[in-house]
Amino acid sequence: MEALFHVAPYTGYVYPNETVIPWTVLIVVYPYLTGLVAGAFTVSSLYHVFGMERFRPAARFALLTSLCFMLFVPLPLLLHLGQPARAFNSTITPHWTSAMAAFGYMAIFYLGLLVLETWFAFRPYFVEQAQKGQGLAARLYRLLTLGSYDVSENAMRHDRKWIFALAAAGIPGAHGLHGYVGFIFGSLKSREWWSSDLMPVVFLFSAIISGVALLIVLYVVSCRLRRIAVDLPCLKGMAYTLWGFAMLTIVLEGLEFANIVYKGREGIEMIIEYVTGPLVIPFFVIQFGIGAVTPILILSYLIWRGTTGKALVVGVTVSALLVLLSVFMMRWNVVIGGQEIAKTGKGLLSYQMLFFGREGLLVAAVLTAAPLGLLAVMVRLLPPWRDSPAGGPAS
Amino acid sequence: MSDSISSLKARREFLRRLGGAAACVGAVAGAGTLGVMQKADAKGESAAAGGSFPTPDYDWTQHQWGYGIDATKCIGCLRCVEACKRENDVAGDAHHFRTWVERYVYLEGEDSPRIDSHHDPVNIEASGSEREYRFANRYKDAKVEKAFFVPKICNHCTHPACVQVCPTGATYRTKDGVVLIDHKYCIGCQYCVQACPYGARYFNERKGVSDKCTWCYHRITKGLQPACVEVCPVGARVFGDMKDKQSPMSQFVRNNRTRVLKPETGNAPNVYYVGLDKDVL
Repeated sequence: MEALFHVAPYTGYVYPNETVIPWTVLIVVYPYLTGLVAGAFTVSSLYHVFGMERFRPAARFALLTSLCFMLFVPLPLLLHLGQPARAFNSTITPHWTSAMAAFGYMAIFYLGLLVLETWFAFRPYFVEQAQKGQGLAARLYRLLTLGSYDVSENAMRHDRKWIFALAAAGIPGAHGLHGYVGFIFGSLKSREWWSSDLMPVVFLFSAIISGVALLIVLYVVSCRLRRIAVDLPCLKGMAYTLWGFAMLTIVLEGLEFANIVYKGREGIEMIIEYVTGPLVIPFFVIQFGIGAVTPILILSYLIWRGTTGKALVVGVTVSALLVLLSVFMMRWNVVIGGQEIAKTGKGLLSYQMLFFGREGLLVAAVLTAAPLGLLAVMVRLLPPWRDSPAGGPAS
Repeated sequence: MSDSISSLKARREFLRRLGGAAACVGAVAGAGTLGVMQKADAKGESAAAGGSFPTPDYDWTQHQWGYGIDATKCIGCLRCVEACKRENDVAGDAHHFRTWVERYVYLEGEDSPRIDSHHDPVNIEASGSEREYRFANRYKDAKVEKAFFVPKICNHCTHPACVQVCPTGATYRTKDGVVLIDHKYCIGCQYCVQACPYGARYFNERKGVSDKCTWCYHRITKGLQPACVEVCPVGARVFGDMKDKQSPMSQFVRNNRTRVLKPETGNAPNVYYVGLDKDVL
C-alpha cells in the first residue's frame, strides 16, 4: 500500500508542517500542458486571425494539438486533489477571491471554444466523409456534422467568419488561461520565490515558446511520417516566432530573477544558497544555458546565415527540443523550487519524486505523453493536412 | 531511641496532614473540574466528542477570540503539543502539528541563533518516538549566551491569506474571529497550505483535506479553554474574549507590549506575543 505521505529531507530550520511538500510533479505538468495549449493556439491564430499564409500548412494541426492537450489539462489537477470527487465544488460555489476559483470556468470556456473552432474548421470534411458509404466511420462523421450539410460558398464564408471570431476570442482565452496560472503562483506572498508581479508574464511568454516549439517538433515528425518535405517557409515562420519570443522570455526571466536578488528582502540568503547550490544544474545550466541561450544562439545563426534545407530543419528542430526542455525545467524550478525554499527563510527542503503512485513520475510522464497519443488518433479522424475551404483566414 | 520514635511519629503526622490537605485541594480542584465538565455536559456530551458541536445556544456575534503567548514563560515542556494532538486527533508523527514549539539558542561566538523544534530528527531520537516530543539536551557542552522557546499556532488572521485563496470557500473566518475548515467541503488542493506564511496548515492525508488549529472551537464555544492553554503549566499561553475587557486576553494585550509574527504579510494575525527576539521567524 502506498504510504500516506512522503517526507522531504531538509537542512537548516523548516516549519514542522513544511516537511511534507504539498505540490508534486503533477503540479509541474499542469502549467506545462496549459502552456503547450496556449503556444500551439498562438500558431493557429497567426494564420486564422492574422492571415499569415506561411503558417497555413500547420494551422489546423496546431488547432488539433491545442485541443488534444487541453483535454488533458484538468487531469493532473484532478489526480492531485485530496478529494477528487469534490472537484466541481470550486465551480458550483466559486470563492471568487481565490485565483483558483476561475479555473473551471476558464477551462470550460476555452475547451468549448477549441471544440467549436475545430468543428468549424473540419465541417466540410465531416460532410464529405458523411456522404461516403454507410460504414461505421460514415456514421460517426454523420454524427459529427450535427445535421448541417450545407457547404456552399455562402456557408463557407459564414464558417470562416466564425473561425475568425473564435480564433480571435481564443487569443485572450488561451493566454488568459495561462497568465492566470502564473498569477496563482505570483500572487502568493508566502513564498519569495513565487511572489513576483512578473510571474504571470513569464509564464505567458514561456507558454508561447513551448507551444511553438512543440508544434515545430510535431510538424517535422509528421512530415517525416507522411514522407513529405517539410514546408520550409512555414518552418521558418515558426522558427522566427520561437526566436523572437524566446528572447523576450529570457529577458523577462532574467529580470524576475534579478529583481529577487537585487531587492534582497528577508530570506534572500537562503535563496542565494539555494540557487548557488541545488539549483545550479536545473536552473542555470539546463533552464538558462542549454534550454534558453543555446537555442537562441542556434536560431540566430540559422537566421543570420540564411540557412535552408535540411540544416534548417535539423537546427530548428533541435532548438525546439531544447526550448521544450527549458520550459519544463522552468515549471519545475518554479513549482518545486518554490517549495524547496522553506517559509522560515532558514532552511532548504529536498523534494523526493516518487516513481510509482498517484503523484509519481510514471503518472506525470503518461499525462504528458497522453495528449500525443490522442493527437495521433485525432489526425486520422480529422486530417489537418488537407486544404479546407473553410480553413482559410477570413480576409 | 524515644527521640527517633517521636520524630517518626511527627513525620507520620505531618505526612497524614499533608495527605489530608492534598485531598482537600484535590477535592476542590475535582469539584471545579467537575463543574466545568458538567457545564460542558449540560450542552451535550463531552467537549472533545464534537457531537454537540456547534453548541446550540452559542452566539458567535457576542465574542471576539484572541490568543496570547508569553515566550518568556515557556519552558519547552511540550505538554501543549501532546495535548493538542490528543484533543484534535492530529496524526501522531513529526510532520503534522496544529501547534508546535520552537527553540532559539544563541551560542557564544555565533551571530545567528540555532533554531530547532521537536520535529527535528535529533529531538525525535531523544524522545524515542515520533509520537512523543521533547527537546534533546543538545547544547549541554556548548556555551549558551541566550536561549528561549517560542510556541507557534495558527494566527487566525483578520485577513487570512488561506481563506483568500480557497477556491471553494471551504475555509472561512467565523464572526467570533476563528479561521475554520469545512472538512466535508474542502477539495484538498492545498492552495491554502501554500498561502499560509506561518506554516500553520498541513494536509490531512487520512481525510484528504487541509487541516489546522481551530483554537479548539468545539471547546471554546462551550466556555472551555483550548487544550494547549489548559495544559500549559506555566501560563505561557493565554486565551480569551477580546470583547470582554476583563478577560485574560484583554488584560494580556492591555498590560503588555505585544507584537505579532510577520506583520508585513498584511494578514493581521490575532496571536499576540510577548518576549520575542528579532530572530524569531
